[in-house]
Amino acid sequence: MTLTKRIIPCIDVDVDDDGEAAVYTGVNFEDLEYTGDPVELAKKYNEAGADEFVFLDITASAEGRETMLDTVSAVADECFIPLTVGGGIRTTPDIKETLRAGADKVSINTGAIERPELIEEGAEAFGSQCIVISVDARRRFDESGEYYAEVDGESCWFECTVKGGREGTDIDVVEWAREAAGRGAGELFVNSIDADGTKDGYDVPLTKAVCDNVSTPVIASSGCGSPKHMEEVFTDAGADAALAASIFHFEEYSVDEVKRTLDEQGIPVRL
Amino acid sequence: MNTTQRAADVVLVDYGLGNLRSVTRGLERAGADVTLSADPADFDAADGIVLPGVGAFSEGMDNAGPFRDALVDAAAEGRPLFGICLGMQMLLTTSEEAETVGEGDVQGLDLVPGTNLRFDEGQKVPHMGWNELDVRREHPIAEGIDGNYAYFVHSYYAAPDDEGAVVATTEYGVEFPAIVANEAGNVFGTQFHPEKSSETGLRILRNFVGYCLE
Repeated sequence: MTLTKRIIPCIDVDVDDDGEAAVYTGVNFEDLEYTGDPVELAKKYNEAGADEFVFLDITASAEGRETMLDTVSAVADECFIPLTVGGGIRTTPDIKETLRAGADKVSINTGAIERPELIEEGAEAFGSQCIVISVDARRRFDESGEYYAEVDGESCWFECTVKGGREGTDIDVVEWAREAAGRGAGELFVNSIDADGTKDGYDVPLTKAVCDNVSTPVIASSGCGSPKHMEEVFTDAGADAALAASIFHFEEYSVDEVKRTLDEQGIPVRL
Repeated sequence: MNTTQRAADVVLVDYGLGNLRSVTRGLERAGADVTLSADPADFDAADGIVLPGVGAFSEGMDNAGPFRDALVDAAAEGRPLFGICLGMQMLLTTSEEAETVGEGDVQGLDLVPGTNLRFDEGQKVPHMGWNELDVRREHPIAEGIDGNYAYFVHSYYAAPDDEGAVVATTEYGVEFPAIVANEAGNVFGTQFHPEKSSETGLRILRNFVGYCLE
């Protein structure tokens, strides 16, 4: 009997040409491909045993945000599992509105990097358990980092990027993760610009660097192409949860199949 | 469940904490008519009362101040009172959490005598995620869930004075109560979130609604 590792399908929600919410799946934060209706997908994953959902609003527009919140409510009314919503959350009222729509947690990235006090404000008003700090990490092989890991025989550090990986910040991911946890983040959501969309596996050195230095639960994200990759990030990096998008959306594996494979490898999962 | 049965009138105590939408929908799905209220007058008319809660113990007790006596009275009358997460911890006498934040001895409802302790260092805190339920004794709320998984998010856990108050346990470094109940059986709580625990959680909410109609 033990706390299980969580398997989390991630759904990138945009607005289609008819103004309806739609799910898109990207490669390296670009080249989005339409993969379905968010509520239908959520129901399907729920039935297959998903432990949580992450919804990312990729519209970045006011109309998109309204549609997104309606979608969150529709999913929250159907699926009785935790729901994390991210994308464009910059202020305490943004957090409140998202939680009221039915989200259990909000994922904040740029908003917290620009104004770290947002983490304290959110944790104080709504509890740490609902404040997830998301980082989009990028490997850097120069000498300006704080925490170094070895990748393919070379020493590298991980930089926080913003705007979907388009802009660097020179902030060290591990240092930022420690600060965010200290300010009251309840969970860390670690994405990798290098691994995203590759299906070659999670950035294990990145995830391990965060897990080794912060005692807050960590969700590994980006790069999952098979259950084997999840096993790696749980066993080798110490992640608490693994997130995946395309392997589920393109029906390469069902959530249930992934969990059974992990169970056979001795990874504790909820079956 | 008998489909011709009337819906149970359940008051979901609204004291400004927690995501009430999911609890409301879950209870409705389980066959309840839900009223969001912090008015003690509504408690008297209800078949059952749900005390939700997310956040800090002292803040929760603070907010519960105005209807504290009404909850204690309802419990004494034998009305079903169901605490969820922090709502469960509030059923106990006190919590280490209030001391940790330097607010001294904050009194809980003392309906299930005991205290709430913080998880030891060396474990990731909060205990967040799906963990297994080990049902230790019979209680209507715990029917049909032994060995199932439920969703937890918490940093403190209940330590009732009387071992008999423990209905189900879960393990996270220590074995702690996942479900507690008072001696009479009408006051109970889950440390986990039934409204986020998928089919297992809905089963518990149906058990609760069934118990309210007894």
